[in-house]
Amino acid sequence: MSALLVAEQVLNGLQYGMMLFLMAAGLTLVFGVMGLINLAHGALYMTGAFACAAVAAATGSFWLGLAASLAAAASAGALVELAVIRRLYARDHLDQVLATFALILVFSETTRWLFGSFPLYLSLPEALSGAVDLPGGLVYPAFRLAIIGIGFAVAVFLFWLIGRTRLGIRIRAGEADREMIAALGVDIGRLYTLVFALGAALAGLAGALVGTIQSVQVGMGEPVLILAFVVIVIGGIGSIRGALVGALVVGMTDTLGKAFLPQLFALAMEPSAARAVGSALASMLIYILMAAVLIVRPQGLFGARA
Amino acid sequence: MNRAAIIDAGLFAALVAVALVAQAAGEPFVITLATKAAIFALAGVGLNLVLGYGGLVSFGHAAFFGIGGYVAGILASHAMSGAPVATFPFTMQGTNEMLAIWPMAMAVAGLVALAIGALSLRTSGVYFIMVTLAFAQMLYYFAISWPAYGGEDGLSFYVRNTFPGLNTFDPIQFFAIVAVLLGLALGLSALIVRSRFGLALRAARAAPGRAVAVGIRPFGIRLTAFVISGMITGLAGALYADLNRFVSPAMLSWHMSGEIMVFVILGGVGRLAGPLAGAGAYILLEHLLGGVSEYWQALLGLLLLVIVLFAPGGIVGMLNGGRGR
Repeated sequence: MSALLVAEQVLNGLQYGMMLFLMAAGLTLVFGVMGLINLAHGALYMTGAFACAAVAAATGSFWLGLAASLAAAASAGALVELAVIRRLYARDHLDQVLATFALILVFSETTRWLFGSFPLYLSLPEALSGAVDLPGGLVYPAFRLAIIGIGFAVAVFLFWLIGRTRLGIRIRAGEADREMIAALGVDIGRLYTLVFALGAALAGLAGALVGTIQSVQVGMGEPVLILAFVVIVIGGIGSIRGALVGALVVGMTDTLGKAFLPQLFALAMEPSAARAVGSALASMLIYILMAAVLIVRPQGLFGARA
Repeated sequence: MNRAAIIDAGLFAALVAVALVAQAAGEPFVITLATKAAIFALAGVGLNLVLGYGGLVSFGHAAFFGIGGYVAGILASHAMSGAPVATFPFTMQGTNEMLAIWPMAMAVAGLVALAIGALSLRTSGVYFIMVTLAFAQMLYYFAISWPAYGGEDGLSFYVRNTFPGLNTFDPIQFFAIVAVLLGLALGLSALIVRSRFGLALRAARAAPGRAVAVGIRPFGIRLTAFVISGMITGLAGALYADLNRFVSPAMLSWHMSGEIMVFVILGGVGRLAGPLAGAGAYILLEHLLGGVSEYWQALLGLLLLVIVLFAPGGIVGMLNGGRGR
């Protein structure tokens, strides 16, 4: 394994981590502010991907598709919040899990009805379809680099939004004491809808970007949702910083583990057994990491409480 | 008998009656449906112990369901091929005796529940939900990427396992086995809930602070309940493998965890026969709505939403007029 290969896998891990961050940021915000566990976050990811695929196919422009993914996921999120989620804030986690599980069924089956079961494929936008020569002789796809860039931009935007704006102050205040900020005249219902729509838009953006490099299909959201859960368990619920660190750690561990563990085992075992053991272990690696974090810090790396 | 006990007994009798009528009418397919409902109910009885009485929302019970299934599948496939399951530290042969498979399935599921529970119970609330889900997903990916037992394709064993004195291929006889086990599990749950242990478990759910103050240490109680719960759900998994003569990673998937949870909640959380009512209703809906539309799960989703938002007590809660747990 050459240094070039390692560098390429590190970039892959970074790109994967950034996607997970987009998912985890919305989940952790919604949990932190509203105290709601939202299983349907993966459905919003899927909504973004399908909106992007449909609009890009109809107009021929990937960028219009990307804008559509943000708009569709945000409006689907706002709609779901107003119709269903709003009634769940005062309920216990069990009701929230069941209701959002029901939402997954509704979203998935409706999408299957509209678009069919076959995966859709998006083509890369002209400007980003090539590869970029990086220093050191590494050639890397431009689109994946753009994903890393978008992820960083969103992270900076969120840190600015939460830390530096009036809306961010309200969001943080809502996390700390919802009765008090309602008493101070903030329309808490509107704030919740806004935060939910923001999280949904980020999920939709992630869905559109990942859908472009992989495929767009029903059920694409749930594996990512569960990884996002792992990310926020590691990072600590409610913390954007925790989501970023957790996402990068999970993205790196998973990518590097899958790329190099089988080869590592091949040093000591015969190739076919090494491939089996290595790939089985690599697929479990992030969960083992999560278990380790739980043993040392049950509240997560940046979490305030367990 | 009080009203709750009459409802529980009535639901169980209804299940048996469906199978007997189907037998008399010569409808083996309906008997198989009733068997499936009974197996799902058994899995739900396991989950209900922690979810309903312990207040622990485990979103990873597919792990135990799948492990039970895989234990049955692996033992049966080794019995067929004749190769030993393990040669170290002692030689272990495969078997197709249900009476040998069930304890193995329960033991392995119980051990895994011990490990998962010991880690997950360090957390609470929403963390617990996510962590149990993640551990089940870990086993799911392991089953997919481990090629020895079929990997992604799953594992078929062509002959249903045997039970002394019965022909397990006859639908009604297999149903009888499942129904007896379900009845035993329901009885065991009723005993557990009424015991000192069960009272402590419910105390730790209702008022953790007070439970600690009177000298109950929740962790050990909860872990014990989690292990028993995993063992019951593991047994259901072994039976489900036998019903289909097939196991696949789908039994371990998060969707399965969600469905087991739906059985419990649809029927009524923390009510003895809740899982039975829920699993029965689920199978019935699948059968009826499945005939109406290919996309019946969307309708199921809407129905679930209505139940969560407007009828939190589930089916048994409605039958019981919203009274007592």
